[in-house]
Amino acid sequence: MAAILSISDLRKSYEGGFEALKGVSLEIEEGEILALLGPNGAGKTTLISTVCGITTPSSGKVLVGGNCILEDFRAARSLIGLVPQEINLEPFEKVINSVRFSRGLFGKPKNDALIEEILKKLSLWDKRNSQVKELSGGMKRRVLIAKALAHEPRVLFLDEPTAGVDVELRKDMWDVVRELKANGVTIILTTHYIEEAEAIADRVGVIADGQILLVKDKDDLMAQLGQKQLCVHLSTAIDAVPETLAPHALALNGAGDALIYTYDTKAERTGITALLNDVAAAGLVLSDVSTRQSSLEDIFVGLVSGDKS
Amino acid sequence: MNWIAIWSIYRFEMTRFFRTLFQSFLSPVLSTSLYFVVFGAAIGSRIDQVDGIDYGAFIVPGLIMLSVMTQSISNASFGIYFPKFIGTIYELLSAPVNFLEIVLGYVGAAATKALFIGFVILATATLFVDLTIAHPLAMVLFLLLTCLSFALMGFIIGIWAKNFEQLQLVPLLVVTPLVFLGGSFYSISMLPPIWQKITLFNPVVYLISGFRWSFFGTSDVPVGVSLLAIGGFTALCLAVIWWIFKTGWRIRS
Repeated sequence: MAAILSISDLRKSYEGGFEALKGVSLEIEEGEILALLGPNGAGKTTLISTVCGITTPSSGKVLVGGNCILEDFRAARSLIGLVPQEINLEPFEKVINSVRFSRGLFGKPKNDALIEEILKKLSLWDKRNSQVKELSGGMKRRVLIAKALAHEPRVLFLDEPTAGVDVELRKDMWDVVRELKANGVTIILTTHYIEEAEAIADRVGVIADGQILLVKDKDDLMAQLGQKQLCVHLSTAIDAVPETLAPHALALNGAGDALIYTYDTKAERTGITALLNDVAAAGLVLSDVSTRQSSLEDIFVGLVSGDKS
Repeated sequence: MNWIAIWSIYRFEMTRFFRTLFQSFLSPVLSTSLYFVVFGAAIGSRIDQVDGIDYGAFIVPGLIMLSVMTQSISNASFGIYFPKFIGTIYELLSAPVNFLEIVLGYVGAAATKALFIGFVILATATLFVDLTIAHPLAMVLFLLLTCLSFALMGFIIGIWAKNFEQLQLVPLLVVTPLVFLGGSFYSISMLPPIWQKITLFNPVVYLISGFRWSFFGTSDVPVGVSLLAIGGFTALCLAVIWWIFKTGWRIRS
């Protein structure tokens, strides 16, 4: 598939010398969902703001649908919808007028049927004539999404869309995102919630200190970097791992009643059979065996802490 | 040109005006009435005529200018400052609109509101004094140009301001004194000769003088000079705004 968003060596330095983006390059294919993970201050919002035209890049090139964000800003921006991190809304305006305004701002003619469809999809139709200030936090966030969708963007940026949103609403939003993807919209979302990336993303990018550390297919990432742990529960606690088990590089849990073995699920041999044989040979009695898959969070923490070290 | 965007901004801003229509209407009517009571009745009883015009009628153009200038500035500065303050400016910056379209929307709405208030004051004034307008078309033109140019200035102030105090600073400390000292309530010829010369450095003198000419056919400075002054001021404001959007000063990081 063709790249709908192409970012090459994008840099952003502020007065005072702080470099928020240090040569970011990224290609995003049409119709995919990319989750951008990164700690606070990693450059996620700066990256989004630069692509959307809110921040001026220091150098580099960004093409949206083949249009340069600086030279062909009209064509580039008309393809983009942005849901900002902060709830930035005119408090005294009616919901429906606020959404209509967004559509008009992008030069699109009035289309009340579409606005109605968007508001209904986001469960805002009943509140269409309410002033924004009367809405709950979750509803305001949905208004932001409605505004971003009002001009029918092909690329949607969601900057931490579910921050401070309860679990139920978060799942509703995931459904909306999946539906948008089904309609061919490309979605780039930043999030602190790893489960969010795991649940809805096709690819995962990790950004830290203004640099993209990795962009990979989510499943590949899980498979390649994902490690599994086998926990061998013992019927009697021990003080230390027996020397005969040293080749297996086992860890002993705090209570001394479980041996933890980390292995690669993709390896030709996991070493589990040999381990269990050696455990039996060492005279240890097993009470239970369990396994645990590494989460994306483990991978993320590993990457970011590895980058810092 | 993104005409739909211009219209959307314009309509959005006018909605704010209509939400507070009563205050918008009442405030100028009340203040104009007070000015007529204080200046017209109290002082006017001691000053019979200025340049052959009844004092009550003489101050009408100045009164209209005073309100129109301050309203244009406050409407436009608030119009663009408020999105900055509440963060909704992100939408403008990420939309496919250029500086001219944004300015036309905001300044157009601010100027419309000021124009409306100008006509309300004019209508109120007719309740207090007999008024005939010598050059009605020129009057509308001067009023329109003043609304536009001061709304442009207000737009610049709105972008410059970092807080609500700064938003009030220029209108209170610069514009109001210039308007009061610009011949709103007197003729320049009434001043001592040295002050007559110093006053000519006040740009507002040219606007009020031209506007007064459209009412009574007499002016402190030639009408052509007034038109040039207002045209130059508009061009200067437009140039500053063009620079602001080109560099992103105080709006784009």
